[in-house]
Order: sequence, then structure tokens, then C-alpha cells
Amino acid sequence: MSTMSSEVVKSSRQDHTAVKSSLWTQSMRKLRKNKLAMSGLIFVILMFLACFVGPLFSPYTDGKINVTAMNKAPSLKHWLGTDMLGRDVMTRLLQAGRISLTVGLASMLLSVFIGSILGAIAGYYRGIVDQVIMRIADLLLTIPGLPILFILGALLSEWKVPVDSRMYIVMLMLSFVGWPGLARLVRGQMLSLREREFMQAAVVLGLRDRRKLFNHLLPNLFPLLIVVATLSIGGAILSESVLSYFGLGVTPPTATWGNMIDSANNVIDFEKHPWLWIPPGFAIFSTVIAINIFGDGLRDVLDPKHKK
Amino acid sequence: MKNTLEIDRLSTYFYTEEGTVKAVDDVSIRVREGETVCIVGESGCGKSITAMSVMGLIEGTTGKVVNGKIGFDGENLLDLSKNELRTIRGNEIAMIFQEPMSSLNPVLPIGQQITEPLMQHQKLSKKEARLRAIELIKQVGISRAEQIFDSYPHELSGGMLQRIMIAIAISCHPKLLIADEPTTALDVTIQAQILDMLREIKEKSNMSILLITHDLGVVAEMADYVVVMYSGKVVEEGEVVELFNNPKHPYTKGLLKSKPIINQRQEQLYSIPGQVPNPLSLKESCYFHERCAQCMSICETQQPKLKEVGGSTQKVACWLYEEGIADV
Ligand SMILES: Nc1ncnc2c1ncn2[C@@H]1O[C@H](COP(=O)(O)OP(=O)(O)OP(=O)(O)O)[C@@H](O)[C@H]1O
Ligand SMILES: [Mg+2]
Repeated sequence: MSTMSSEVVKSSRQDHTAVKSSLWTQSMRKLRKNKLAMSGLIFVILMFLACFVGPLFSPYTDGKINVTAMNKAPSLKHWLGTDMLGRDVMTRLLQAGRISLTVGLASMLLSVFIGSILGAIAGYYRGIVDQVIMRIADLLLTIPGLPILFILGALLSEWKVPVDSRMYIVMLMLSFVGWPGLARLVRGQMLSLREREFMQAAVVLGLRDRRKLFNHLLPNLFPLLIVVATLSIGGAILSESVLSYFGLGVTPPTATWGNMIDSANNVIDFEKHPWLWIPPGFAIFSTVIAINIFGDGLRDVLDPKHKK
Repeated sequence: MKNTLEIDRLSTYFYTEEGTVKAVDDVSIRVREGETVCIVGESGCGKSITAMSVMGLIEGTTGKVVNGKIGFDGENLLDLSKNELRTIRGNEIAMIFQEPMSSLNPVLPIGQQITEPLMQHQKLSKKEARLRAIELIKQVGISRAEQIFDSYPHELSGGMLQRIMIAIAISCHPKLLIADEPTTALDVTIQAQILDMLREIKEKSNMSILLITHDLGVVAEMADYVVVMYSGKVVEEGEVVELFNNPKHPYTKGLLKSKPIINQRQEQLYSIPGQVPNPLSLKESCYFHERCAQCMSICETQQPKLKEVGGSTQKVACWLYEEGIADV
């Protein structure tokens, strides 16, 4: 008997993955047909690989100051030249990418997490809970994100937050301004979903609120969340760069794409040493564009109702 | 026999901008153990709202249960807290809806939707719930149960989905099953299969059924007892055989006349003349009087009460059967 039931369980597990994957493969096949989105994805993957693996092959990872090799133009030895402290720009660019990409990803995850939970709760329970959450969100939404970030960044400098932990604080700051928009979106979806007949059926089954909310309603939002999350990575990278450019985000000696551009903020460097600012500028630009192109493609696949 | 459900003088009103809609007005229905009671009536007469009131689904709409008692298992459901109600819903009272396609969550596998109430109400483990779910899928006549367990709703037909809904509904051995037009969205052959299955399940488990329908064919096949509703009121009720053989209320007579009879080709199907009155402009009167061929002056000014007639179980709310009135 027990062997029989374990067999049943085993065979079903195979079925299960087969059916599940059929839903996925269907979407993925559609996605793979979208050349533009795929090239965006490939670019992002290459960028990740380069940033996280690339520096392992560089002899300049220690970031030592080298007075004999300051502001050298690109050469075979230094592919993208050196900066005013004689450090290899290529290596720093990739190391900076680690920080920028990590900050982008992590703050996206955090803001999606906060935003979807608060939005779901607001839309599901309505009433006073909804009022409180949404008024806070409105408040944050009425002030444009960058000024808030600037104020927070200035406070960071004021309070002399240690350099190592600044990266984490920047993540927190970015998700702090990122969640309200998402919460609003999720709440709207929730309000319409909870009126659907299958939710009435769930009520009639006497399911607990937690089950209804997280097992029944949220999975209906996954496509939307995936798309929004992807698109928001680009925004977070951009915001982090802006902050760091103004010296309010992650500060040197830790490199990010933003503060690398900042190091070329005088006319001489700008004109005479373009290898200082063009590579990080290009890295930000191309990564954000690639992520957004991929996000758009994802939306076309996962959210067929959305038509351009 | 014990009463499973006792709806006693229930009134459910909706407060709209144009006025109050008395969707259910002083309705009493009793369902005994193992009995099938059918509620029939035209669209908008308050059948669904009656069922929703029993399930506690009126809260959160613009409506309110303004009066009455819903007795179940010696308790008044209207007095129970949200949590107490939750342990009864899906467990002791189950409900299935008209549209099987939209009653299941499109993004969850069928199996999960069957096992959830089992795990919650019966405290089964995931593994036990799974085995029980597969058993249930087989019980409602679907082969390849294991495969269906992992399918998504869009991969099944309407008839299969309604079977799944029934499987979910009976999973916790409810004492009462409320079915709101469970076969209306299905084609005729599937409809017959589903009804047969419901009857079979009922007989095996001694479950009571409150079946809502506007199809008298379904009533004839399923019901032990029939309640005829019109504009939120019960106008006639009785044992199915008595009521079909000897309908009293002109509305019931009209309904029965409009039922197509097999092997008897009619030129044109009979339909009751006129329309259901606007629920917003109901005055003290028999609500059917405008459509009634036997309308008397009292019908326009006073509402008849539901009363037993002829010493049978049958009750009717009609002035025609009120002594001393019809002769006047
Ligand atoms: N949310 C609501 N707001 C206002 N009035 C409502 C609401 N829901 C239902 N009603 C009214 O209650 C009355 C009864 O509706 P109900 O859904 O019970 O009809 P029904 O008998 O189930 O009809 P059908 O056969 O079409 O399903 C109708 O007149 C309807 O207009
Ligand atoms: Mg209805």
C-alpha cells in the first residue's frame, strides 16, 4: 500500500512539472520570438557576467593608487585608460557595475516586496487600513522621488554614515521611494480581483483571509509584478547613479557608475580624458535601455491585454 | 425528520440610489435532512439573494439582511461571528455557482483548489489531502484524475469544471449543499449527467440540497419539495408531485403551462403575459395581479398571506383560496 501511494506521488510530481512548465514554456516561447526583448536580455546577462566575473581576470583589482600612471589614455595594458589616481578604468567600471547592479536589483526586490504586500492588504481589507496605507503612499508620490532622495542623501553625509554601509542605505532609500507607485498599482488590481466570482467561491469555501490573499489573489498578480519589477530595476540603477553622481549615494573609494562620471566633472577632464566618463555613461545608458526593452517584451508576453 | 436548514421570515433589502429593493421579503424555507428543496421563479425574483443570505455573502454589498433567522444545526447563522461562520462555510454548508468557468481561480491548479478546504477544515496533511482529492475527482466521474489534479481550469471543459466544483463542494461532507443554477451554463446532455450525479451523491451521503433553478424540468427530476418565488416572496410551496399535479397559484399554473412537454409539439410555447414588476415601485398588493387573468379588486390593494389549502402540505398566497373572498 505504502509503495503504491509513493508511486502515485512520484508520478504526479513528474506530471506536475510537465504541466506547470507547459504554461511557462508557452510564455517563454513567445518571449523567445521577440528578438528585441531577447537582445535586451542577452545584453543584461552579459553585463552581469562581465561585472561579476570580469574583475577576477584583472591584475588591477586592488585599486592601488599609481602616481606613475595617472590619466593614461586607453592602451593594451589599460584597455580603457587610467583615472587621475592611476587606477585601471576598465576594472573600476566592472567593479562599479557590481555595486550598481546589486543596488538596482536589491532595491527593486525590496520595493516590490513592500509595495505588493501593502497594496494587497490595502485593496483586500479596504476601509481604514486602505486609507492609512494609501495616504502615506500618496504623500510620498506627491513629492518627486529625486528631491526626497537628495534630502535623504544629504542627511547620510551629515550623519557620517560609514562608507561600507552606505550601499545598503542607498538600497533602502531607493525602495522607500519605489514602493508607493507599486502599492497603488497592486491595490487597484486587488480591488477588481476581489469582486471576481472565484473569490466569492473562495469565501464560500470558508478559506482563511491569509490563504485568500496570498494563495488566491497574489498569484493572479504575478505577471504584472514580474513586468513592473523588471522595469523598475532600470529606474533604480538610474536613481542610484544620479545620487552617486552628486556624491549623495555610494561614495569613493567604492566605485559606482554614477560617481565614476562625477570624477570627470571638470572641463579639462571632460575634454581631455573622455575615457573617464564615456564608459560609465555608456554602461548606465545601455544597461537601463536593455532592461527596459526586455521589460517591454515581457509585458507583451505576460499581459496580452496591454496593447501599445 | 430533522430540519437541516430553517430560513425563518428572512428579509434582505438593497439600498440603492433610486430606493429600497426588497430582494427577499419575508421568506421562510425549510430543508429537511436528506431532502432536496427547489426554489423556482423568474429572473430577479430573489432566488440567488436568498442563497447568498444563507451563506452570509450579503455583507460587503449594498444590501442588508434586515429581518429573520437562518437556523442551521440549532444555531442562527446570522448571529455567528466571522470566524464561526468560516468554520461552517465549505465545511458544513457548501455552495456551487452557475458559472463553473469563473468560479475557479484561473491561475491555480485544480488540485490545489480541491485540497485547500480539506487542509483547512479537515486538518488533513498535504499528502492526505492529495489522495482524498484524487478520490473525489474520480467520484465525480472524471478519469485520469491524477492528470486533472495538476491541470489548470482553462484546460478543462465547462462540464468537467462543474464536476470539479461539485467535488470541492462535497469534499468535507457538508450537511447542506446550495446549488445556484448549477446546470444553466451547460448543454443538455451534460446537464442531465450532472443532475444524476448530484442525486446519487445525495442519496449516498444523506446530504440536503437547496437547488435554485428556473427550469421546471430540473425541478421535476430533482425536487422533493418546491418553493415558488415571485418578486421576493414565496407565492406557493408544496411537495413536488402535489404541486405539479395540482398547482394553485395562477403564477405556478402559468409556469407549468410554459414548460415544454415532450412528444407534444406545440405551435408556440406559452409564456405568462406581462413582465415582472419593477422591484422599486411595489405597493401593498399581490405582486402578480397585473399579470393575473383572475385578478380581483382585493388583489390590487392587499397582499395575500401564505396559507395551507385543502388540508395538504401545499401552501399558497392567493386571494382565490381565501374563504369568503372569491365569492364576493
Ligand atoms: N447588489 C445589488 N444591488 C441592488 N439590487 C440588487 C443587487 N443584487 C440583486 N439585486 C436585486 O435583487 C433582486 C433579486 O436578485 P436575484 O439575483 O436574487 O435574482 P434571481 O432570482 O437569482 O434571478 P436570476 O434567475 O436572474 O439569477 C433583483 O431584483 C435585483 O435587482
Ligand atoms: Mg440568480
